[in-house]
Amino acid sequence: MKHREHDVIVIGGGHAGCEAAHAAARTGVRVALVTLDQRGIGAMSCNPAIGGLGKGHLVREIDALDGVMGRVADFAGIQFRLLNRKKGPAVQGPRAQADRARYRLAMQQEIHNCPGLDIVLGEAVDLNIVDGRVCGIVSADGSILHSKAVVLTTGTFLRGVIHIGDASHPGGRMGERPSVRMAERLDEFGLPLSRLKTGTPPRLDGRSIDWSGLEMQPGDDDPTLFSFRSTTPLARQISCGITHTNDKTHEIIRENLGRSAMYGGHIEGIGPRYCPSIEDKVVRFADKMSHQVFLEPEGLDDHTIYPNGISTSLPRDVQEDYVRSISGLENAIILQPGYAIEYDFVDPRALTPALALRDVPGLFLAGQINGTTGYEEAAAQGLVAGLNAARLSQDLEPVHFSRTTSYIGVMIDDLVTKGVSEPYRMFTSRAEFRLSLRADNADQRLTSLGRDLGLVHDTRWELFSTKAEALEVARLRIGRYSFSARELAGQGININPDKERRTGLEALSLSDSTFHQIASLAPELADIPTEISEQLKRDALYATYVERQNRDIASLRKDEADVIPSDFVYSGIPGLSTELQLKLNRTRPATLGHAARIDGMTPSALLLISARLKRKQVARPA
Amino acid sequence: MDTIFALATAQGRAGVAVVRVSGPGAKIAVEGMTGTLPDHGRSLRPVRDPDGSLVDNALILSFEKGRSFTGEQVAELHLHGSTAIVAVVLRLLGEIPGLRQAEAGEFTRRALENGCLDLAQVEGLADLIDAETEAQRQQAVRVFSGALGDLAERWRAALIRSAALIEATIDFADEDVPVDVSPEVSDLLTAVRTEMAQEAEGVRIAERIREGFEVAIVGPPNVGKSTLLNRLAGRDAAITSEFAGTTRDIIEVRMVLDGLPVTVLDTAGLRQTDDQVEQIGIERGTARSLGADLRIHMIDPGGHPALKVKEGDIVVQSKVDIGDSEEVGISGLTGQGVDGLVSRISTTLRERTACVGVAMRERHRMAMLGAIRDIDAAIRMMPNAVEQADVLAENLRSAIRSVDSLVGRVDVEDILGEIFSSFCIGK
Repeated sequence: MKHREHDVIVIGGGHAGCEAAHAAARTGVRVALVTLDQRGIGAMSCNPAIGGLGKGHLVREIDALDGVMGRVADFAGIQFRLLNRKKGPAVQGPRAQADRARYRLAMQQEIHNCPGLDIVLGEAVDLNIVDGRVCGIVSADGSILHSKAVVLTTGTFLRGVIHIGDASHPGGRMGERPSVRMAERLDEFGLPLSRLKTGTPPRLDGRSIDWSGLEMQPGDDDPTLFSFRSTTPLARQISCGITHTNDKTHEIIRENLGRSAMYGGHIEGIGPRYCPSIEDKVVRFADKMSHQVFLEPEGLDDHTIYPNGISTSLPRDVQEDYVRSISGLENAIILQPGYAIEYDFVDPRALTPALALRDVPGLFLAGQINGTTGYEEAAAQGLVAGLNAARLSQDLEPVHFSRTTSYIGVMIDDLVTKGVSEPYRMFTSRAEFRLSLRADNADQRLTSLGRDLGLVHDTRWELFSTKAEALEVARLRIGRYSFSARELAGQGININPDKERRTGLEALSLSDSTFHQIASLAPELADIPTEISEQLKRDALYATYVERQNRDIASLRKDEADVIPSDFVYSGIPGLSTELQLKLNRTRPATLGHAARIDGMTPSALLLISARLKRKQVARPA
Repeated sequence: MDTIFALATAQGRAGVAVVRVSGPGAKIAVEGMTGTLPDHGRSLRPVRDPDGSLVDNALILSFEKGRSFTGEQVAELHLHGSTAIVAVVLRLLGEIPGLRQAEAGEFTRRALENGCLDLAQVEGLADLIDAETEAQRQQAVRVFSGALGDLAERWRAALIRSAALIEATIDFADEDVPVDVSPEVSDLLTAVRTEMAQEAEGVRIAERIREGFEVAIVGPPNVGKSTLLNRLAGRDAAITSEFAGTTRDIIEVRMVLDGLPVTVLDTAGLRQTDDQVEQIGIERGTARSLGADLRIHMIDPGGHPALKVKEGDIVVQSKVDIGDSEEVGISGLTGQGVDGLVSRISTTLRERTACVGVAMRERHRMAMLGAIRDIDAAIRMMPNAVEQADVLAENLRSAIRSVDSLVGRVDVEDILGEIFSSFCIGK
């Protein structure tokens, strides 16, 4: 194997690994993506869907930073739905069913065609460590691949164990071996490792399903895509089926609970509350007579159906019994049984907000290894880890994403501050500035930043700049007009007949006003393109709330600007309790804002730290 | 930058209460009550409410930006130390747009940021801020214990439930959750709003505060706590008997000691017991006495205090009438030493300002009024609960943040927990 020198090595070709490698390469460094099997790149090992609430926001943010997930999902999408379409834009989330094969194909093309990115086939069994720094990897054949930084994305492979009923075997994914030596290396670093668990449903043969009596759910008539660069779906669009469990199903499950890996006591890892197995549903919600099951096609040329809602760790014969008790599935053939998988993860409080391990210089972690779940969460972390690994290799300062500007920032801050007690999934309710962090304005929030970081290339930058300018011009134009309450009421807008005049933007911020109504009062504005006027409306809708939040945002940003050096000494600060010293030493907050969110922090403790920081700042120039 | 204000609890100056206002709007805010002030200097001014009624004649110190403790524009009102006057001034300041009560340590933080304090000074102040944080916490515990505590707990549960119902329709739109949750949310919010409005303007908190100081008598059973209380009050308020464990609940007697409004608490005797009822009485007594301003630890001759003795607490030996030792102590029965004890209590309490409770009450009132505004906005949106779920949720979030200090902090995990326990989420 010919080994060129690389700046960054990414281990793993899943969603985190692909995004990490691509992001690092976009900034101009040389990257190696190390994977066992080329065909595994871009594999969707769980459900064949991308996006959703919170998750769709993450995909949009990845796309705004010129990442790959959005574009690939648009290529592979066979059913697009904008969730919460009837609610406000802040809580709308794009979601798509994806054709597994098309997704993999498009992702592999993106990786192959990315300049500066090499795919290296082989197994990374160990890290190459020189003077306590991670400087590359050791392959299974003993050869060493050198780099200045390594991003580890092990997914569920780290000491993975697969459970079906009372049978279990080591495995990273169905049919693939787990990583054990790497886990042992992480043990040696003294990292805080624990176990998590997740599960999948049995896969069904679509040809054995009786679709005739089932409710079908089509995609949106006017599909909303992920990428700001996409315009229209490329694949043929399909519908998903919906069926329900019933008394009989629940009875079969209850009778066989003891044979489930979960309930038979074979599993120690903690599973997610929001993605319970069918066993959990039947036990915890015993009074619920029926549960929804979505029958999601895995592809256009693939007969496999993913029955979303009945993940399980029951033995194969019980799976067959309960599946066949469900309407439409009476003759269903199971292609692959459902299973539960347990794996190691690292307590993410051991990470910096750049996703670097604090105590292992040169090593970055992304994806499920940090205790998260979901393709989108993994990809977003991959982007951050890849970017920061590239920056480390160039001796540049790390980049931290803020809670005030992105879901990426919310997720990473939650992880490194609070740790996880179950697999972490994004929800819009986690973002306290939800009204400003919308899927529709991800580009307005992040693309300029991405350009400064070298992540955003010319094509997107030009597209974005044109849009941003059009928005700005339109905003200025509409702001120059003002209207009386009577004029606005005359357009059918619900407004109190007061004496005040409102600017065009203020009028647009009234909840039931439309751009069309305002353009009727000022016909010169009618030439503003629909895409631009709709965006103006979305921005204006929340103006009063965003203004109210600005004080919180400003104070949070001020605290985030107070960077705490990584070698800051907490012990020996008079007045700082031993308990808080311990907590601070464990979390090692990156900023004063980060420190403030640590459980149990007091105003006086923050003040003491802040005072020390001020003294350091004064001392430094001398 | 906001303009902040707070009662500066100057120790040892019981006759004067200082209210400090700091920030860009400080001077103009105070001028609204006093008329024109010099940019920098002292002045004696009548303080008036918006109707023109006289509140107090006060000494006002104004400081220019760059020449004050915080480095900002500052105005200090030196008022007569009456709780009524302080309450009115805090309320008037709170009603001025752009002004809010300072958080613990906020003046110091601003001073530090403006380069007006060095490290040693900050470290010196840290203790004080800790004490302030603790005092606020204790006041909150005291106000929201008993019946009011149950109320706060109900508000907390109702707010979490409301937020969870709305968030469930947002974050789990493609799951099996109810689409329209507005009837339940409306009921919950209306109930909280009604109760909160009563409390915000009501009497119960005020009563707690008007009590002035709390002094708890603690000690082992049969040490003579109840006898001392009776002696102090001059009447038979607590049942006394010679059997240990007579006082099972907390007896409160309000009295004026040396001109100070004081509530004396007689708590159950501290001892190991198998009697469940008595055990509950002991636990409640301990919790309550820890929250009091001052504790009188009564010990038998040769005994030790059963609870931790905090700074300022008084330890006395009881029953000097039957003991033959010459030690300093008191006898509830004969009255020996009681006068001395009263003057020690009042001396200790006089060093603390009686207005802390008033400031706390004002803080709670503002928090409730803020929450009520947000809840009203949320209730108005109920007819469009589906379409306006995003802004509705924002109002709820804001309401919860306002009452965090009353009901305890509500985290997104509390809301998610409520969702996952109520609905079967997960496709």
